[in-house]
Amino acid sequence: MSADTMTDTAQTGNLQRKLHAISNTLLMSLGPVAAAFVLSGVILLILDVNPFSYYGYVFGRGLLSPTGVQATLTRMGPLLLIAASLIVAFRAGIWNLGGDAQFLVGAVFCAAFTPLMAPHVPVWIGLLAGAAISAIFGALWTLVPAFLRAYQGLNEIITTLMMNFLGISLASVLVKLVFLDPNTTVPQTRTLAVEDRLPTLFGTTISSGLIIGLVAILAVHFMMTKTAFGLRLRVVGGNASAAVHAGLAVPLLTVAVFAISGALAGLSGGVAILGQYGNVRADWNPGYSLAVVPLVFLARFNGFAAIGFVGLFSIMSIGAESAARRTGVPNYFTLVTIGILLVMLAISEYYGAKRQKAGA
Amino acid sequence: MTLFTDTFLIALIAGMAASGVPLLLAGLGEQLSEKAGVLNVGIEGMMLGGAYLGFYIAWATESVGLGFVGGVAGGILVAALMALFCVRMGLNQIVIGIALTLGAEGATALLHHVQFSRLYPRLPDVATWRIPVLADIPIVGPALFDREPVVYLAVALVPFLVYVYRRTHLGLALQAAGDKPAALDSAGQNVLIIRSFAVLGCGALVGLGGAFMSIVGAGVFVPFMSHGNGFIGIVLAMLARGRPLWVLLGAALFGACLSAATALQVAGVDIPTDVVQMLPFLAVMAVLLIAGRNAKLPAALGAAYVRGER
Repeated sequence: MSADTMTDTAQTGNLQRKLHAISNTLLMSLGPVAAAFVLSGVILLILDVNPFSYYGYVFGRGLLSPTGVQATLTRMGPLLLIAASLIVAFRAGIWNLGGDAQFLVGAVFCAAFTPLMAPHVPVWIGLLAGAAISAIFGALWTLVPAFLRAYQGLNEIITTLMMNFLGISLASVLVKLVFLDPNTTVPQTRTLAVEDRLPTLFGTTISSGLIIGLVAILAVHFMMTKTAFGLRLRVVGGNASAAVHAGLAVPLLTVAVFAISGALAGLSGGVAILGQYGNVRADWNPGYSLAVVPLVFLARFNGFAAIGFVGLFSIMSIGAESAARRTGVPNYFTLVTIGILLVMLAISEYYGAKRQKAGA
Repeated sequence: MTLFTDTFLIALIAGMAASGVPLLLAGLGEQLSEKAGVLNVGIEGMMLGGAYLGFYIAWATESVGLGFVGGVAGGILVAALMALFCVRMGLNQIVIGIALTLGAEGATALLHHVQFSRLYPRLPDVATWRIPVLADIPIVGPALFDREPVVYLAVALVPFLVYVYRRTHLGLALQAAGDKPAALDSAGQNVLIIRSFAVLGCGALVGLGGAFMSIVGAGVFVPFMSHGNGFIGIVLAMLARGRPLWVLLGAALFGACLSAATALQVAGVDIPTDVVQMLPFLAVMAVLLIAGRNAKLPAALGAAYVRGER
């Protein structure tokens, strides 16, 4: 056997192993999705709704109709920013479950100040300032949990959840009492004029927030996987005491993770306002963050995979709104699907780990 | 101060008991589960399960007692999933906890929609037990000693659990399951059974708390009605460091915060509802800021026990 063919077989072996790994990952990620769809379908049957027509409406609206797919792509922008926010936190071992409040606080302050600024400055300055405001306030909302975790070792699951309830109420209070638009009777903030918003893409109605979301999630992916800073964060997440022994400033890094994660969640709120809604109405809470948590897990904290799952979820959430009207199944149903999806995911993880052990 | 009139105080103390009982039961349940080493983030889902099933059965059978039994069953039902996934299969407790909370939020809202579709039938007031002599004390008497039987049961659980934790074999086994499960295993006890028992017990307590919310507190079931009460229960368990009596004190404190707003409205002070809803969570954060350093959790909390591993 010549040296050439030997490297050849080595290469094909490598390729096969790679293909095997990829198909394995696909199976582990798509298996739970398929199982969750089937189980949700069974629930639809129990509710006396034909699952095929329900999902037909969902995908018909969210993916196949021209207006629907533009709405889907527009919604992906804020969702991707939320996913980026969660990937930073979860890879660093920090359970930031307060994303909904960070999103809303960012959105409310952005909606409060940008419309006031916009008439006096060039459009791009107004947009930049609005985005910066939302990111800063999103980050500020993580400050207390960050310090409690970094310097008192207090579990952040609880504190971020508590700040979540606080922030959602605070956003309502601010909209109703402080930043109220005096010119309307509906409780809402001032509205950003359409010409002052983020531009749409190529003559469609798709907001350029989508581009911001894509850039953010890819940047986060490469920061976490390819940079020294990302490596430090992952060490902290993997084993905090090992990180201390390695000489890492764990408390400082912890606060940094919270700040980045909160800023991205806040920016997500800002992008939703600057690109899509233009104002915040009282009691508005789309609840993106808790919904994106399972998607980020499905993606195994991988930025590229997260784009795919966020896309699927975006189709489903746009589609579910129309399916709800046509079949009478309320939107709560999406929550049930997400719960089932998470459980399926955890089960697939369980069998994956078992198989790996059996193989080793 | 004209604020502290008798009506204000009675409203405050009675409200403290009414909103404190679900917190107390949630805190005791979470404490039981955490003692055995299972961090139960699904507690919010168990509460909703109890609130829904409790309300449904009380409404269908027109019996409050059966309603509470249903509440316990509803909590156990969600807890059984938790026990299966997190104890038996050893899956990630936080992921499953979030899944159960989201799933139960969706499922109970969906069931309510299908069964009552926005009718919101209301249950009649629950009869109270008047404790002689004590109920005659001014202000405190009518607020605390003329209450629904479940309130007394919830408070009686506190000394009962203290006894179980301190004086019984079971209490020792629970403690070991949370701190050093391998030692419990070597002693010939089954860690998974002890932990499953703790999770199911947690579900029963939390479900009862949920049923109290819907049957006694509101008289109706409203989607997402637990509104973070389960999560406050987790905070209570964290701060109580394994002592049921501290859960009672904490529940009274947070219950007072929850009821302060209603009492102020009774006294004629008008506060926006959104501000009112922030109060208990503000109180929780304030307490965590002051006393967070003292929070203590079992050593093996959150880690699944797999026989023979390490």
